[in-house]
Amino acid sequence: MALSGVEIFKLLPKTNCKKCGFPTCLAFAMKLAQAGVELEKCPDVSEEAKRVLGEASAPPIRTFALGIGEKAVKMGGETVLFRHDKKFFNPCALALNLKDTLSDDEIAKLASEVSGSEMERVGQKLRVDAVSIEYASNDSRRYEAVVKLVAEKAPFTAIILVCKDAAAAETAVKAVASRKPLLYGAASDNADAMAAIAKAHKIPLGVCAEGLEALSSLTEKIKSLGVDDMVLDSGAKTAKEIIENNTQIRRSALKKNFKPLGYPIINFVLRADPAVESAIASVAIAKYSSIVVISSIEKWKNLALFTLRQNIYTDPQVPMQVEQKIYKVGEPAPESPLLITTNFSLTYFIVSGEVENSKVPTWLAVMDCEGLSVLTAWAAGKFTAAKISQFIKESGVEGQIGHKELIIPGQVAILSGALEDKLEGWKITVGPREANSIPTFLKQRK
Amino acid sequence: MAYVVPKESYNGKVLGVSFGKDSQTLNFGGENTLPFLSFEGEIPAKPVIAFEIQDIPPDDWPETLKAQYAAVSSDPVKWAMHCQNELKAQAIALRLIGTHPDRENRSAQDAAKTVKDVLAAINVPLIILGSNNVEKDASVLVAAAEAASGHNCIIGKAQEGNYKTIVAAALAHNHKLIAMSELDINLAKQLNILITQMGFNKENLITDPMCSALGYGLEYTYSVMERIRLAALMQNDATMQPPIAGDVGMYVWKIKEVSALEAEVPLWGKLEERGVAWEAVTASAMLIAGTNLLIMRHPKAIETVQKVIGELI
Ligand code: SF4
Repeated sequence: MALSGVEIFKLLPKTNCKKCGFPTCLAFAMKLAQAGVELEKCPDVSEEAKRVLGEASAPPIRTFALGIGEKAVKMGGETVLFRHDKKFFNPCALALNLKDTLSDDEIAKLASEVSGSEMERVGQKLRVDAVSIEYASNDSRRYEAVVKLVAEKAPFTAIILVCKDAAAAETAVKAVASRKPLLYGAASDNADAMAAIAKAHKIPLGVCAEGLEALSSLTEKIKSLGVDDMVLDSGAKTAKEIIENNTQIRRSALKKNFKPLGYPIINFVLRADPAVESAIASVAIAKYSSIVVISSIEKWKNLALFTLRQNIYTDPQVPMQVEQKIYKVGEPAPESPLLITTNFSLTYFIVSGEVENSKVPTWLAVMDCEGLSVLTAWAAGKFTAAKISQFIKESGVEGQIGHKELIIPGQVAILSGALEDKLEGWKITVGPREANSIPTFLKQRK
Repeated sequence: MAYVVPKESYNGKVLGVSFGKDSQTLNFGGENTLPFLSFEGEIPAKPVIAFEIQDIPPDDWPETLKAQYAAVSSDPVKWAMHCQNELKAQAIALRLIGTHPDRENRSAQDAAKTVKDVLAAINVPLIILGSNNVEKDASVLVAAAEAASGHNCIIGKAQEGNYKTIVAAALAHNHKLIAMSELDINLAKQLNILITQMGFNKENLITDPMCSALGYGLEYTYSVMERIRLAALMQNDATMQPPIAGDVGMYVWKIKEVSALEAEVPLWGKLEERGVAWEAVTASAMLIAGTNLLIMRHPKAIETVQKVIGELI
């Protein structure tokens, strides 16, 4: 919660010495409250004032990275409860859970699978971001060996150490300290020892407790022990607990600036049935989780979860765009019809969906109109006869198809004359106004 | 700092709808809180999932899905009974896709007969859907509503271009009604207003803001649904208080991800599982956004989402 000018004034030296460039401490405080000047401009400010002001201006959810390097995952820093209010900024990490009791072969195989899980979807590279290694062997040397093996087989993947035994955790942390693992974690019975390890190695600490009251007192305690980067586990297991607890955490942080819960969230959604696990993971992805730990990473499941994460974290203010190019719907032949539309993703999805419904193989020319729909793009001068003809000429479609007929959206029927002038030798046909008439339109042409 | 549960207080509530007859009546909606937040409100009913069946064989469905119903899908009555008796469907959604001019262009009378036959064979509640052809639905759904008179069905979908006759038929034969608009909260609101202005009770109405599949505009549907729910609860906007329907199956089972063979796209993994996950993940996201009534296709996806619902309530 931002402090008022008067609240800030109370923390200043009140000497009116003008070294800050303002005539009085109060004037300086007023400017600070509007974030129009840096606190550092006052050379005499006390340590206490720095601390209080620093905390008050910190973002409501602490932001830090899971892992290191290019593939580190930024967590926290969210500012809204609903994506339509602004956007969700930092897509959650997906982590594969594996136990140190598996054989070395299995561990090496799974770690390599995580490492090679990357795929591309609508221009983004998506992957399983982390391996969570569970201390189940009760043998700290075994645990250390497994952690090293995972680190070697998945050299760029973030590591989560799931271990509540402080001695075993310390050995494992040392083995991969340079990778900045997340240590998970601290509970009420080991908080001091775990906090000491996290502090010494400057790594984030997972904190777990049953319920949010216990969790908040535990994070306050750990913060007082000198650990700043924490990840919250409220003990939520069922889909209901995940929604309810995650909502309470996000609300407390954003609406009440409640610092003890102003951290990213980790949810373990482990289920025996991978389809059910996909669905429960979806709940965590949609509802505020920063790390979703799953028990298997089948390719089909990865694809579904990557896609959901991408959908939820899309910026709702920026129209999603698809790439400008000539798309094939079905297996079009040279004589198949050629339709044109704009690259607003929703327009594209609806038009291509209806073309698919028609079962008529079709060439679909999607033109870059900065993500505007057909009518808006036309009104904004981005979907004009000149630009369309230029796009058609440069697209190379003339070499792909065996005719010269372009079907334009019914909403821009007005362009047909000008287009026939500009695209010499082409026939311009006016298609339906609404996408849902496309199937009828295409079929009747046959 | 002591922890205080951050509760919201809501002015409005979602309307409850019931459909079906006698002991088989199903309720959904009625909550006075955002989806599944029972720490701050009442959630009297679970979301409902209806199995989709069709009046003609589903030739356009992907093989993995078609195979689920291969033995019964040539006959809507057998198909409905299979869903009710073998798959334990809570509700069935009969889509009269065969009436579409581009499909078999079946007549409204044919559709009415199918409705009667299916109703005679099952006792779980029935949803009757047209083919989404605006002109054709205007006559088909009127005949279907009449054929189902007295069965307290849900009929749909009424759209801006055809709502008048469909609303009148739902009114005359005491059915519940799905009103569908295209991914825009204002259009959804406007259609609900037009429908209630005809004397249709808003408590019999269900809003379908248009579904979209995972990866194909899901985020638009998700946010429109969230905004509808917030308007209903926070602003007590009566026109946004009907429960929400998500017609998931028809949007999911036409995209590439549920039909491309693993051999063509090895990175996407097994086809059968991929299709099930696609429908289950789409449906789960819709639930979280506020959907009260799901219409789905694959038995394994439905079973999966039922497990999620079991965890949510
Ligand atoms: S420099 Fe500091 S003490 Fe001096 S007037 Fe400015 S705020 Fe006050």
